[in-house]
Amino acid sequence: MTRRAVARALVYLSLVLATLVVLLPLTVVFLTSLKTSGEMADDSGALALPDDPLNFANYVTAFQDGRMLSAFANTAVILVVAIGGTVLIGSMTAYAIDRFRFRFRKLVLGLFLVAALVPGVTTQVATFQIVNSFGMFDSLWAPIALYMGTDIVSIYIFLQFVRAIPVSLDESARIDGANAFTVYRKIIFPLLKPAIATVVIVKGINVYNDFYIPFLYMPSEDLGVISTSLFRFKGPFGAHWETISAGAILVIAPTLIVFLFLQRFIYNGFTQGATK
Amino acid sequence: MTDTTREAARPVGPAAPAGPAAPSAAHRPRRWRGMTPWLFLIAPLALLIAFTYAPIVNMVAYSFTDWDGVSPELHYTGAENYTELFTRSELFEVFFVSGYYLAASAVQIGAALYFATILSFNVRFRGFFKGVLFFPYLINGVAIGFVFLYFFQDGGTLDAILSLFGYDGDRAWLGTPTSANVSLAGVSVWRYLGLNFVLFLGAIQSIPGELYEAAELDGANRWQQFRHIIAPGIRPVLSLSVILSVSGSLSVFEIPYIMTGGATGTETFVIQTVKLAFQFNKTGLASAAAVVLLLIILAVTWVQRRLVPDDKVDLV
Repeated sequence: MTRRAVARALVYLSLVLATLVVLLPLTVVFLTSLKTSGEMADDSGALALPDDPLNFANYVTAFQDGRMLSAFANTAVILVVAIGGTVLIGSMTAYAIDRFRFRFRKLVLGLFLVAALVPGVTTQVATFQIVNSFGMFDSLWAPIALYMGTDIVSIYIFLQFVRAIPVSLDESARIDGANAFTVYRKIIFPLLKPAIATVVIVKGINVYNDFYIPFLYMPSEDLGVISTSLFRFKGPFGAHWETISAGAILVIAPTLIVFLFLQRFIYNGFTQGATK
Repeated sequence: MTDTTREAARPVGPAAPAGPAAPSAAHRPRRWRGMTPWLFLIAPLALLIAFTYAPIVNMVAYSFTDWDGVSPELHYTGAENYTELFTRSELFEVFFVSGYYLAASAVQIGAALYFATILSFNVRFRGFFKGVLFFPYLINGVAIGFVFLYFFQDGGTLDAILSLFGYDGDRAWLGTPTSANVSLAGVSVWRYLGLNFVLFLGAIQSIPGELYEAAELDGANRWQQFRHIIAPGIRPVLSLSVILSVSGSLSVFEIPYIMTGGATGTETFVIQTVKLAFQFNKTGLASAAAVVLLLIILAVTWVQRRLVPDDKVDLV
């Protein structure tokens, strides 16, 4: 019995240690974000508590001088348009591939399948030229088009769900005179709600966090999204860790809130996204 | 985010039931019936070709030229870029940096497996621990970069913690190539452990509970339960994670780029490619590099497909 007790204690110890490893770096940055530059300078150590736990001055600086407000606005626009587009494109593709038998169906399926194997980071050298030739470089359209056009995972998630919807539903609607578009709009799309929730969450988090694409395609300062605007803190706020920390916390906070409210969906979404 | 996207490819076609064939629309002209699916597919296919296939074709084409990415002039140079890539050692050396990340992902998978196993048993505050372990995966990469720049800073979080235990060494954690790469690989473990963990946990929890009960009745201890019930149950997800780690280690970009910009020997293959293409305007050479990386990753994925047939990877 004692051996079991020791084993149990060790298990909890390892969990507590892991919790510390995860939370400590974040907590310290949060504490730093509440300190004044004077406190930072007097070298009281990174773990010291801030003198005034309600000192939000750094957040104001981050928002105003760090252009975080326009960054959040740009990110919001990209999120809404790209996710809306992904949902439409993914569900339409899944509907067409699953519900119709047509020539070259295998080829189309194969094209989507192989595309999923190509990691986006490797092809940006050439993608850049194409985006540029469409005149989308340095505009919000570049990330929107890329997020919409290269998301194969969503198509697969939709495909799983479309397949689970009984064909008899389509057929009875057809008998009532509905055409393919009506079937898609009135029957398939509404029944895809769980898949849409998954795609919105997974895609939303990925787009919110993406750095590579906005960094490559939107160098203008006005077009900063949260990743790139935060990245630019490196220059002007160089040694001002209290401001940089406030910026980082500003970016992390929405993620934390979404995670706390949508935990179950998030776990399911990411497991589906990774394995399907 | 390269890690979640790649595994989307499961052959779907043959598995689809033969049943839901073209819904009968006999009252419509034949010509129209054949058109309908294409109307749904026009936009997706156009995007797919424009942003996935056209770039691949162009990239291969550029890789045989000396194009600088801007001028209208470009010359065919044959395989010169490839020879340059494989013979100029400083261009190829960056691949060794992947070794650090590869080693880190072994640690990561081991730790994820451990935590998934213990949290699949009855543990108090399970939801809390699960959330804490997974949350870093959701955090913005730039924010993580800054959090850990401060962590490794002189007098930053790590030094402050170490001084609590009496170690007062003033180490520049990101100062030497080895130390910097180990630190960055550590950040990568911190960031991606959660995904592996949740995948393993999902696989373990999809094992029917009666199996454990039966094993317990037969007197199996925890280790035996792990060895004979859990391990076989998660094999497919495990091999998937291994492959994702390998291709992930080869295409590391964000963390080192944000934290060190590739300085002090932390430059990875992707950072180098991005610099070649967008700073030094060597589109041709960068394309060759990207083609090499793409081929390696495709080869790794192909090996995985061979070793573990797809239909086994199915847990949700």
